[in-house]
Amino acid sequence: MGRSSVRVLAAATITMTLTSTVCFPRQEIMKWNGWGYSDSKFLFNKKGQAEFTGKRYSILGMVLPSLQDWFENTFGASVNHKSPATPALNASAVPPASLNEAFVEDLKATGIPFSHEAEDRVFRAHGHCLHEIFALREGKKFERVPDMVVWPNCHNDVVKIVELACKHNVCLIPYGGGTSVTSALECPPEETRCIVSLDTSQMNRILWIDEKNLVAHVEAGIIGQDLERLLNESGYCTGHEPDSMEFSSLGGWVATRASGMKKNVYGNIEDLVIHIKVVTPRGVIEKSCQGPRMSTGPDIHHFILGSEGTLGVVTEVTMKIRPIPEYQKYGSVVFPNFEAGVACLREVAKQRCAPASIRLMDNEQFQFGHALKPQVSSIFTNFVEGLKKFYITKFKGFDPHQLVVATLLFEGDRERVLQHEKQVYDIAATFGGLAAGEDNGQRGYILTFVIAYLRDLGMDYYVVAESFETSVPWDRVLDLCRNVKERINRECKERGVQFQPLTSCRVTQTYDAGACVYFYFAFNYRGLADPVHTYERVEHAAREEILANGGSLSHHHGVGKLRKEWMKESISSLGVGMLQSVKDYVDPDNIFGNRNLL
Amino acid sequence: SVSSSFPFSLLSISSSDETNTIDGFEDILEERRNSSDLKYALRCYAPVLYKGVTPCKANMLKNIVLQSDQLHYVINQVSQESGEAPDIIQEEASVILEEMAHRLQISTVRFFAFALSKAFKTLFQHVCVNEEGIQRLQQAIQEHPVVLLPSHRSYMDFLLMSYILYTYDLALPVIAAGMDFMGMKFVGEMLRMSGAFFIRRSFGGDKLYWAVFSEYVKTMLRNGFAPIEFFLEGTRSRTCKSLTPKLGLLNIVIEPFFKGEVFDVNLVPVSISYERILEESLYARELLGVPKPKESTSGLLKARRILSEDYGSIHVYFGQPVSVRSLAQGKVNRSTYNLFPRHIPRKPMEETQSFVNDTAYRIVRLQEDNMVLKPWVLMASLLLQNLEGLELSVLTEQTVWLRGLALSYAAFLDWPDHAPTAKVVSSSLALHRGLACVSGGRVSLVVGEPLGPVTPEEALFNRAVSVLSCASYRNQVLHVFLRPAMLAVAMLHLSDEVYNCFSFLWDMFSNDFILCPGDIVQDFEEACYLLVKTGAVQMPQQDIVMTDIGQPTLSFFNGLLEPFLQGYQVVCRYLCEEASEGLTEKQYIPAVRSFYSVLCVFTGNLRCYEVLSSDMQKNALAALLRMDAVRKVKVADQVTLIVNKMAVNSIDDILGKNRMISHINQTQISPGLSLVAVAEDLYRDGLTPSYIR
Repeated sequence: MGRSSVRVLAAATITMTLTSTVCFPRQEIMKWNGWGYSDSKFLFNKKGQAEFTGKRYSILGMVLPSLQDWFENTFGASVNHKSPATPALNASAVPPASLNEAFVEDLKATGIPFSHEAEDRVFRAHGHCLHEIFALREGKKFERVPDMVVWPNCHNDVVKIVELACKHNVCLIPYGGGTSVTSALECPPEETRCIVSLDTSQMNRILWIDEKNLVAHVEAGIIGQDLERLLNESGYCTGHEPDSMEFSSLGGWVATRASGMKKNVYGNIEDLVIHIKVVTPRGVIEKSCQGPRMSTGPDIHHFILGSEGTLGVVTEVTMKIRPIPEYQKYGSVVFPNFEAGVACLREVAKQRCAPASIRLMDNEQFQFGHALKPQVSSIFTNFVEGLKKFYITKFKGFDPHQLVVATLLFEGDRERVLQHEKQVYDIAATFGGLAAGEDNGQRGYILTFVIAYLRDLGMDYYVVAESFETSVPWDRVLDLCRNVKERINRECKERGVQFQPLTSCRVTQTYDAGACVYFYFAFNYRGLADPVHTYERVEHAAREEILANGGSLSHHHGVGKLRKEWMKESISSLGVGMLQSVKDYVDPDNIFGNRNLL
Repeated sequence: SVSSSFPFSLLSISSSDETNTIDGFEDILEERRNSSDLKYALRCYAPVLYKGVTPCKANMLKNIVLQSDQLHYVINQVSQESGEAPDIIQEEASVILEEMAHRLQISTVRFFAFALSKAFKTLFQHVCVNEEGIQRLQQAIQEHPVVLLPSHRSYMDFLLMSYILYTYDLALPVIAAGMDFMGMKFVGEMLRMSGAFFIRRSFGGDKLYWAVFSEYVKTMLRNGFAPIEFFLEGTRSRTCKSLTPKLGLLNIVIEPFFKGEVFDVNLVPVSISYERILEESLYARELLGVPKPKESTSGLLKARRILSEDYGSIHVYFGQPVSVRSLAQGKVNRSTYNLFPRHIPRKPMEETQSFVNDTAYRIVRLQEDNMVLKPWVLMASLLLQNLEGLELSVLTEQTVWLRGLALSYAAFLDWPDHAPTAKVVSSSLALHRGLACVSGGRVSLVVGEPLGPVTPEEALFNRAVSVLSCASYRNQVLHVFLRPAMLAVAMLHLSDEVYNCFSFLWDMFSNDFILCPGDIVQDFEEACYLLVKTGAVQMPQQDIVMTDIGQPTLSFFNGLLEPFLQGYQVVCRYLCEEASEGLTEKQYIPAVRSFYSVLCVFTGNLRCYEVLSSDMQKNALAALLRMDAVRKVKVADQVTLIVNKMAVNSIDDILGKNRMISHINQTQISPGLSLVAVAEDLYRDGLTPSYIR
């Protein structure tokens, strides 16, 4: 199979190069109270079968016959019990904008567009944490949202805005793609100054490409899929593909230390950036050259990477690019159980032969993925599927309630991909793994992109869901996964959740010394007075369990305000002090006052 | 107020409930008496295991252990230190494991099921098990690795445990047993095949042994192959008081939780209460210095005559499973284990050590709380305070009074329903006719008649055997009364500053009784609460005042602890007056014994026989060591005791106010005659095993 399309998102773009209007209504093509595009969503049709609407994704228009059964059986939910969302934003629920008039006057003089419409402000008041989306759907009153939104067009616009913000003591919150899941975009309720959301979406150009050094200089507001599409036109790619890449921005990746699915080939964001330009209240930080590595004291990039909008605005980034790979191939391997799968991934990491992506889904996720299989058209395919199942479960003796699947993505020139593929399958075989075909692999990656849409579907039927992640040394992966799941189950029970929750995990990245583990967690909240609170307590307990089992506070989502309380424990109080002193020096008046991290 | 500040902690779970009756017990012998033992032994046995794991063959288990990273690490370490090749060390490890490992076989279990059915029916009237506890255990076994922690009063304990689990179709435990059983060739192997694994009694510095042992236990625990059973007290309590818990195995079974290898570990305290202990008089003799018979098969066969006696009933109470995870919540930060490879053995951190220690005490207290007490233990307590004997009617009356007191202190008392008190008393006396007898309306202790002429020291010894045997029943009720009794003593004798005195006693007796480290204030409050509750004292403002009706309670309590106070005092006396320089630890026990015998022989008016018990002597010494009144110094292979006479004297003073023993030193013993020398002569003949038939 060639390089066709997991790029599920083929036809999509949300880049709008608008010139004259003052308002840049992302909300016209994107949901205001859920994930992704307005025209793309799951629903149960009149026959009770699930389908996915819209034309943007490869599973469009397909009927998913097993999803309803899976959904009802897993959650004890019913398609007859709906919990619909408030259809439209109620403007009266939005607190009036408290504007700093002097700032507004000076801003007008610069000609930089801005808005204080309720829709614009609410859209930028949240990320995609469960509690944020739940509140939007319920039509709850907002405590604090940005008072206005500005759309700088370039680095110099940002310099002007930050200068004015300092002059008039206005609070700035940078806004990129809005895909944060750490409460990082929430306005601190105690903030009394005017809060201005600085939307970087108009800074979305590739300024130049340097083919000699294979780097590109890009404005930081560019959205992941646009960056890849534009680079592809010139025959290049960055290879940075976080699961949120349809909507998340380059600046956001830098600010949260993002990680991409194909980091094994291309590296994580910190490996990809060569140069960063940041506008802070003290002025602009940047390095004087583009040397590929430097010994000039601690790397100042590492103050910026993961700073979560607390120091300034990332405006331009020089990052590595690669020629588009000649050949791409998906694959999958079925293992008898999770232990065997983890052992295989560990061995692959040890031999340093990980494909561009290798992920191990546990049994729950395997079954979930199965529920997303589209209707099979021919009897023959049905028959083949049946045979496969028979071979694996009966002939090979795999327990369908134990078996797990690893999904693989290989990239490179054809010959090497095939060689590489053989090497990996040979290792898998020593751990009892059976090759299970390209389709299963590809479906696994589709799941990644549609999972957030599925959460919206769940919320229509009394099911809340969220994901969280960690990184952990190899020898603790199994223990951590087991204990966190068990902890979630137990906490749900203790907190009165009436139905068995779904807890599922997958190993999504491998490193020399450990792995990244991603958890999904969902439950039917019928009968609970405050499902969001219950959910948050359970997630809190799960995070404590992660930390007690040797996992990190976060692998790539970041800290935001959601996980601030564990920072001291994670990096020591001296470490927090070091970060604080950088903040105090760069931003003494807390202009970048989103209060993330510290 | 005191009552509101009385902490109803973990400990009150089982015993604070005053309606705690023994209704929930089922007599498992009843069915055995009505149906075929053979059928029972051969019936289908298919217990549910932890999370449905498949049972692991003994050989596979050994392989997992021998291939573990943990063991490999230690093998390499030992190999580097000793210069031996790793293969050789690995071989050694394999031999150790071979010697240690169980070889559970269902056929052997079935044999025991048959044989024990026969034996139990002959020996006991009832074997009662709390059904609820069995249900809880069944649940727990499926959810988490389970550690069974029974009390240990008899050899019978672990056979009985396995017998019960087999009866209820529960997973059979693997049991840590002392190596001494291995001496009983055939029986040792039988026990091994019924799930026992054997550990050496001491292997202090042997890294390899420790590694094999701990990995063996942890492997079974982590995989949930079988419940693990061991005795927290380490050995059978010869006194029937709970012993200070040993922490080694508990550390091992808890560590997998701290390291995240298991989600939780459930500790299940099990209280096994015997109405009559098979080893009753054997224990008393052992405590008096007659070496215990070496475990041998022929010895066991001789014990057959035991089969002709009635040992009453047994109550086995399976306690609420205690979740280590819940206990450790907020006490141990598990993330401190994150920075060290988990397969490298490490001394537990201080935080962990104190947690494990605390947990061990709590479990032993739970064992105590769930011990079923028979009327006889109340009667024994009264008899011991009246060694000259007392009227049957008085004993009956006082027993009734004591029953009321015990019940209001939430004792788990098995008092027959609807039976007249006189009947209860007389049937207790009948069952224990070897210990007490009624003659002419007076009840007194039975003293064994030795063959031939009786020397004074022989008389003393016989008397001591009967007192110590009787004391082993009184001891069963001590945990119920201990705290208020210490307060009573503090009030009656040492009343200057009641709390200080209480805490002195608390500290002094913390080897003799189960007093959780750090619980002193809590225990004091509990003591106050209980005494106030029964109206024995009042607490206007900060004072503690005895009430008019409190007199009998306080003086009973005082009498209850009297033997301990006196015993400790004798030890202090000995150390101050008689102990020679260079007294070694080995000499200490016989020397105290002789000292006391001589005192008795010369003065004839001493009655604290319990000080002859090596248990009390050891505990007293431990207390003095803890209080820095005595130091241990190691001189060339010998441990010598250095006595700080001033300190010992002042402890003696505090203990001895108003006590008759303080008059003893006025008794003149001819100067120049070494008391110890005399005693040794007297004693050597008196207490050799040959003396006892």
